[in-house]
Amino acid sequence: MTTPVETQVGTKPLIEVKNLEKRFPISRGMFRQATEFVHAVDGISFDIAPGESLGLVGESGCGKSTTGRMLVKLMNPTGGHILFLEDGEQKDVAHVGGSEIKAFRRRIQMIFQDPYESMNPRRTIFDTVSEPLSVQGVGTVVEREERVLELLQLVGLTPPENFLFRFPHELSGGQRQRVAIARALVMNPTFVVADEPTSMLDVSIRISIMELMTTLAREMGVSYLYITHDLAVARYMCDRIAVMYLGKIVEIGPTEEILANPKHPYTRALLSAVPVPDPSYKRTPVEIKGGISKAINPTPECRFIQRCPFAAEVCFENPHPPLEDRQGDNHFAACYRVDEIG
Amino acid sequence: MTVSLENLETRQVDPTKPLLEVDRLIMRYQVKTGEVSAVEDVTFTIHQGEAVGLVGESGCGKTSVALSLLRLLPSNARFLSGEIRLNGEDLIPLGAEEMRRRRWKDIAMVFQGAMNSWNPVYRVGEQIRETLNTHYKGVLDYGEQNALMERLFAGVGLPPEMLERYPHEFSGGMRQRAVIAMALACSPELIIADEPTTALDVIVQDQILKELKRIQQEMGMSILYISHDIAVIAEVTDSLGVMYAGKLVEYGPTDEVFARPFHPYAYLLLKSTPSITGPRRQLSPLEGEPPNLEMPPTGCRFHPRCPFATEQCVTQEPPLVEVRPGRRVACWNYEDVPELEEALLK
Amino acid sequence: MSVDDQTQVTEPLDKELEDLTHGAAAVTQVPMWRIRWRLFRRSFARNWALFTENKMGLAGLTIIGIFALMAIAHPILMTFVWDPAIYDPVGGYDAVESIVTIVEEVTDPATELSLEDARIQLNPFVEVGEEIVTVLQPAPPSFSGDYSHWLGTDPQGRDVLSQLLFSTRAAFLLGAIAAITTVVIATTVGSVAAYYGGITDSIFMRFADLILLMPLLPVLFVVGPLFGLTMLNLGLIIGVLNGFGGVAIVLKSQALAVKVKPYIDAAKVAGGGNGHVIFRHIVPNVLPLSFLYMMFGVTEAIAIESTLSFFGLLNVRMTWGLMINTAQTQGFLLSGVNYWWLLFPAGLAVSILAFAFFIVGRGMDEVINPRLRARG
Repeated sequence: MTTPVETQVGTKPLIEVKNLEKRFPISRGMFRQATEFVHAVDGISFDIAPGESLGLVGESGCGKSTTGRMLVKLMNPTGGHILFLEDGEQKDVAHVGGSEIKAFRRRIQMIFQDPYESMNPRRTIFDTVSEPLSVQGVGTVVEREERVLELLQLVGLTPPENFLFRFPHELSGGQRQRVAIARALVMNPTFVVADEPTSMLDVSIRISIMELMTTLAREMGVSYLYITHDLAVARYMCDRIAVMYLGKIVEIGPTEEILANPKHPYTRALLSAVPVPDPSYKRTPVEIKGGISKAINPTPECRFIQRCPFAAEVCFENPHPPLEDRQGDNHFAACYRVDEIG
Repeated sequence: MTVSLENLETRQVDPTKPLLEVDRLIMRYQVKTGEVSAVEDVTFTIHQGEAVGLVGESGCGKTSVALSLLRLLPSNARFLSGEIRLNGEDLIPLGAEEMRRRRWKDIAMVFQGAMNSWNPVYRVGEQIRETLNTHYKGVLDYGEQNALMERLFAGVGLPPEMLERYPHEFSGGMRQRAVIAMALACSPELIIADEPTTALDVIVQDQILKELKRIQQEMGMSILYISHDIAVIAEVTDSLGVMYAGKLVEYGPTDEVFARPFHPYAYLLLKSTPSITGPRRQLSPLEGEPPNLEMPPTGCRFHPRCPFATEQCVTQEPPLVEVRPGRRVACWNYEDVPELEEALLK
Repeated sequence: MSVDDQTQVTEPLDKELEDLTHGAAAVTQVPMWRIRWRLFRRSFARNWALFTENKMGLAGLTIIGIFALMAIAHPILMTFVWDPAIYDPVGGYDAVESIVTIVEEVTDPATELSLEDARIQLNPFVEVGEEIVTVLQPAPPSFSGDYSHWLGTDPQGRDVLSQLLFSTRAAFLLGAIAAITTVVIATTVGSVAAYYGGITDSIFMRFADLILLMPLLPVLFVVGPLFGLTMLNLGLIIGVLNGFGGVAIVLKSQALAVKVKPYIDAAKVAGGGNGHVIFRHIVPNVLPLSFLYMMFGVTEAIAIESTLSFFGLLNVRMTWGLMINTAQTQGFLLSGVNYWWLLFPAGLAVSILAFAFFIVGRGMDEVINPRLRARG
């Protein structure tokens, strides 16, 4: 079973990802066929209910950013489906093109990581936030101004008219990220992908941005895919968490459940490696070794075998384990030895 | 100071003896429009074999302090007053050449983003040898240098063959270890680690921090950690100082400061840091933004953002005073700062 | 890595802009163009301040200003002050006549001319003792007399100063045509090549390589006589060749640097199509560099023109190069200092104006590339 259960009986998930795949060919020159592929995203499946926030967690190179980019169609998948719920019907948007993409972009938006580089430095805040509106031909100039003012007020940049015609370099990092949130929400999307939106901000500012996102998500009924490498932040922001490793989801389930009872060896290692702001806390020692490599033409068995302290015969003899919920508590792990690991 | 390969291993440390004392240091940058008050009256002490942390956000002056210790500041920096005493000797009046001799031999530094500062066209071993040649010209011959470098790499958990490789053949974590090896090359008494793990994945970060802890304990090294990541500081330091807008606002043993912070900024910082352990707490944001250091606020620099500020805070700058044994705070109202409660999230 | 939070909203809004946008309702009343104009002025003022910090750029701009005045001065002078018959740069004529006596040996060169010279220069049938009217051409600068020629006259009797001023216009015109053409083509080519990559990129870049291989001057030497080059043609040719050539390569790399920025992704996610992204995001961020190369392009154009017209390959009425060409073909080039007014004004004009554009470009470089600015 690869598809996690819907969180509410009877309602279809807003986004349902099935066996999503992205392979990059390693070029061998202009005229030779590529024989090696990087399996950046290697057949993952998950779904997000309306109004829910799912955290996508993992270290660099695990494929989380690539997944996010595929969901907003900055990149097309090389395999799999992305089923998006619109007007009660699920539609596969994995390979739509042209004018359909434009309509799609009203519903799905993105918040980027770098608060400065994600805004054109030559355009005013008004230009930046109203870009989705003007590109889609929505409203007159005056109507757009009003909408932008409304949104700037909503994200806490007050008085909004003071910010309307400023340039990004005149704003601080936290303020710019608020503008990024305003831009993502200006078309009233139903789903937003947030790619590490607070990792480049000062620690004391992160909370206000995170709170803003949570509040707005609730008020506007927006679902989030929250991509981060910081488990502590994911805990704060997300209802459920999916842990990725080398292009695969190795564990997925409710946040508190995963933090309290991690099932997959990688998740356990990850959790035990996170430093805790409490000097009296003694972390359990991290059990794995080595560093991450790239998934180039991976062999069929479990991706984690090289580093796993619990690797056994069953792991070597079988393909990469599927995500399974052995205890029926909506907590899935991809490991053959889940029951034996303490 | 003679070089001996034994220097690397055993060193007698007396944890009560101060190694580095920063005493009322004031350093400012001259810019066209005035002066940027980057380090304002900072005082702290690092003892032999101790790990001290400097915590604060961007622009608080912690990196400026580190660069001041090694005098690696840009040309527009001015020391206005204060002393930096290494084993009792003030470093500030020293001439450039004398300072250069102490750099790396007595104090070494692992810079922010140092893992990216390897020259891509030279082998890693050659670059470390360059450091050795700078300080030990004529003292160590080629063979002895090789032996030393192999010991250094072994000391940070890298196989000696990697000395012959180029930087791009190392992973991020390995490059950072190599940087630490280079910092150890001249057996310094103090290493300054400026955001040593910021760009690394969390599992690699754990390995590097363990490595640094081991070096501190086995080699009797003092380490000054500089970071904006409170969790990292909590784990590896014995004492810490909290900096805000160029001032040191709180100082004390790490576990005591975390258990009961006295300065409002430290308190709020702890309350706004999410953690994966413990119950899911309500986090409180810090209002406002750090101040402009060219025109810092009057009185206490934190008062515009401080929920405990009173009139006195606006006009008078609080001095850093010892309020408990070993605990120093710069706040008029530190007693109003409550205990860290555990307000739970629903 | 935290973003440096020192860059806060510390600058007060431009006073007028502030007045215009005071109060939410008021904002929407103000027409957009007004606001854009104010914003433009504000950013221009800031860039200007940066530009003028460097005396070099300012000096260059001043020189260009002087030349511009020269160009404007000419038609004014021709209409109001000068007699076209005398002072027209192409067709004017003035001659200083004097009466000399033919003698065997010259004792007073002002009033006497030797028999040999007279027979060679004027009339093979003259005899000693005759008095002849000679014309002194080219005449050195004089400030008095019936008609004053501040820079003298050329071998054909035309006023040099007038020629100089007239050619200034031509130089500016040529510079403008060449530079604008270059910038328009190179910016578009560079941005499109960078954005689409792949085959499009390869085609444009290989074409650019081809153009780089071609030596420009020799090609023009061939094209000139074959097709007849006027100022307009020349400007366009230089513009097109530069536009598809070296400048396109440079601008493409700049466009590539822009293309990988997250705000390009953000524009796509907002729904922007290819055209929107290229012309609203990439091009505006490439333009500053384009303007820079525009300056250098003018330098090059002026230099090329003077070379071509020196060789007489240009079909123009009068340019600085042509002035030197006239001097050379009439045999006065190698006399150098004796006939300095035939060479130096024109030569200096070319050099100084080309140089002025160059240092203005260097001054702009410091504004556009912040890394070049002096620290502190």
